[in-house]
Amino acid sequence: MRAANQAVQRPPQARLLHLDAHGRVRHLPRSALLHLLRRGDLVIANDAATLPASLHGLHCRSGGAVEVRLAGRASLAADDVAQFAAVVFGAGDFHTRTEERPLPPALSPGDHLQLGPLQATVLRLLDHPRLVLLRFAGEPSRIWRGLAAHGHPIQYAHLPQPLQLWDVWTPFAGVPAAFEPPSAGFALDWALLTRMRQRGVAFATLTHAAGISSTGDEALDRRLPFDEPYRIPEATAAAIRRARAVGGRIVAIGTTVVRALEHAAWLDGSVPAGAGLATQRISPRSRLRVVDTILSGTHEPDSSHYQLLRAFADETALRDADAQLVARDYRTHEFGDSVLIERSVSRYASVSAAAKPRCLPGISATENAAERGAGWRPVPPASIAAAFQGPVNTMVLSAAACTSAAWKGKRYHCFCE
Amino acid sequence: MQDKNHAESPERWAGLRVAVSGGTSGLGLALVRELRLSGAEVALVARERERVRSVALHSGAHGIVGDVADKQGIHRIALQITGLLGGLDVLINNASELGPVPLALLADTECEALEAALATNLLGPFRLGKALLGALAASAREGRGAVVLNVSSDAAVNPYPRWGAYGASKAALHHLSRIWNEEMARQGVRFLSLDPGDMDTPLHRLAAPEDDAATLKRPETAARELLAAIAAALPPPQTPAVSRSPLFAF
Repeated sequence: MRAANQAVQRPPQARLLHLDAHGRVRHLPRSALLHLLRRGDLVIANDAATLPASLHGLHCRSGGAVEVRLAGRASLAADDVAQFAAVVFGAGDFHTRTEERPLPPALSPGDHLQLGPLQATVLRLLDHPRLVLLRFAGEPSRIWRGLAAHGHPIQYAHLPQPLQLWDVWTPFAGVPAAFEPPSAGFALDWALLTRMRQRGVAFATLTHAAGISSTGDEALDRRLPFDEPYRIPEATAAAIRRARAVGGRIVAIGTTVVRALEHAAWLDGSVPAGAGLATQRISPRSRLRVVDTILSGTHEPDSSHYQLLRAFADETALRDADAQLVARDYRTHEFGDSVLIERSVSRYASVSAAAKPRCLPGISATENAAERGAGWRPVPPASIAAAFQGPVNTMVLSAAACTSAAWKGKRYHCFCE
Repeated sequence: MQDKNHAESPERWAGLRVAVSGGTSGLGLALVRELRLSGAEVALVARERERVRSVALHSGAHGIVGDVADKQGIHRIALQITGLLGGLDVLINNASELGPVPLALLADTECEALEAALATNLLGPFRLGKALLGALAASAREGRGAVVLNVSSDAAVNPYPRWGAYGASKAALHHLSRIWNEEMARQGVRFLSLDPGDMDTPLHRLAAPEDDAATLKRPETAARELLAAIAAALPPPQTPAVSRSPLFAF
């Protein structure tokens, strides 16, 4: 594959690889997307507008140049714009490959950053010299003004021209919440939405703070995606119920939609409306409960996006599709070509409770680890509280070890990814 | 438009998210005041930093400094509007450019003066409407409704001599609004183009300094009429949302 190096959202020659539920591949012009949708289907897109999340400035203590890339936020509330997780680079800009960017000056809690008109304080480092929690000074209006005046869209070296906001906002972008564009949505325009409606295909949106796709650091990249807040409108929850009632498919436009819907549906598979914080990783072992089909860009096999696609398709089918993307010279990255992947038939029937164990309620993390084998990690209660807005009596267990002393003997209900 | 002397009941506007361009003088200022009194969340956009700050401070609206005629700045304005309000239900494109002052015959109008009128009165509303369409359509999908009001003029339909730049640009805006409305009706976004009448405003004083202010409509009256028309185009207020409960409760 080759990088799409022009910021054109809907080039007329855009292509679509269609991987159907039986592992069959077809090559189509992307304009054929409409004809792959059926009456009763529900297409759900992420309507987040993209923030100008790249901020150049100075590390005040050392006088060193920095580029701050905003990368995480606790909620989508309009006034919750003071505190962000951020990836910090040293001197340079997007023209240098992310992997080759220097580290920032050594950052410590309390350090001040001057980012154009914005002032920020490093609250703490997040277990990496490049990842910090920072806080902007001032009222929300001042912060929004500063972001608008000084920020630029995050971008990478494969695009030589500086991106503008209009390059990265989808045609239906609404509230600014994404750190990088939910670029699968570039494929949709208002004419397509109109034709979908005429065809009996419903359209709904959710808002999800699509995170950054690369940090330039292997260890940090392994932590992607970071926690991402989202909001599902009542109208969208109702549309999902309607689509399911008539046997329509849920078609997600992009990985962020999958992450939000599957996170919301963890409890019993139904999708409630409201706000949440997606903390889970979607991997080949994940059981999808909501999304039947995904429209996505093409992704490199070592990325978290690709891991998510493996929840839809069997390994061999996906590898075959990959080989064809390369052989046929599809264009990759955010302005590249698209894939439409239907969830494999094997991913509906064969995932049993035995293959996908739920944690046992009412016993400790340690006991669950003993029950389920090694490789569980408790998620700190604060992030659970933030995610579920309820009392913390739930524990998320995911990869890694669950035997840390801090959790020994604690009794929580828990569930697994 | 209909002659109504009162705004809709405050409850109708409570919690609605409204953006007003040109919100620091004349009709725009009156709209901001009326909206705030009615309980709406308001973001106003205008060019002069000090006036924006002052009106924002006194009205409780969010103030955004920007020029809708500036192509490069539109998305930065839209970013602040939706960022500060958390979405958008109503956009009022009110900012207007008169053209040459004093008014001039078209034959005496510089091309640049016509371009300036088109930039503010036609291209600005088009670009801002386009940049905010996603937020408006989201509001419509959620049942809150969505309205774009493009403030028009009788000069949009009558060929008044010496009003060429203004009249032509407002005529184009009027037609743009009608086509927008045809195209977006199915998405639930309504576009209105309404003439507020001759008002006692700075713009009118520039155009017709000889007019007796006492014979002109007060901008507050026009603002209430326009807001009533917008309210009529919105769906009935929703009952308190059923979706406000936490996503998960244990």
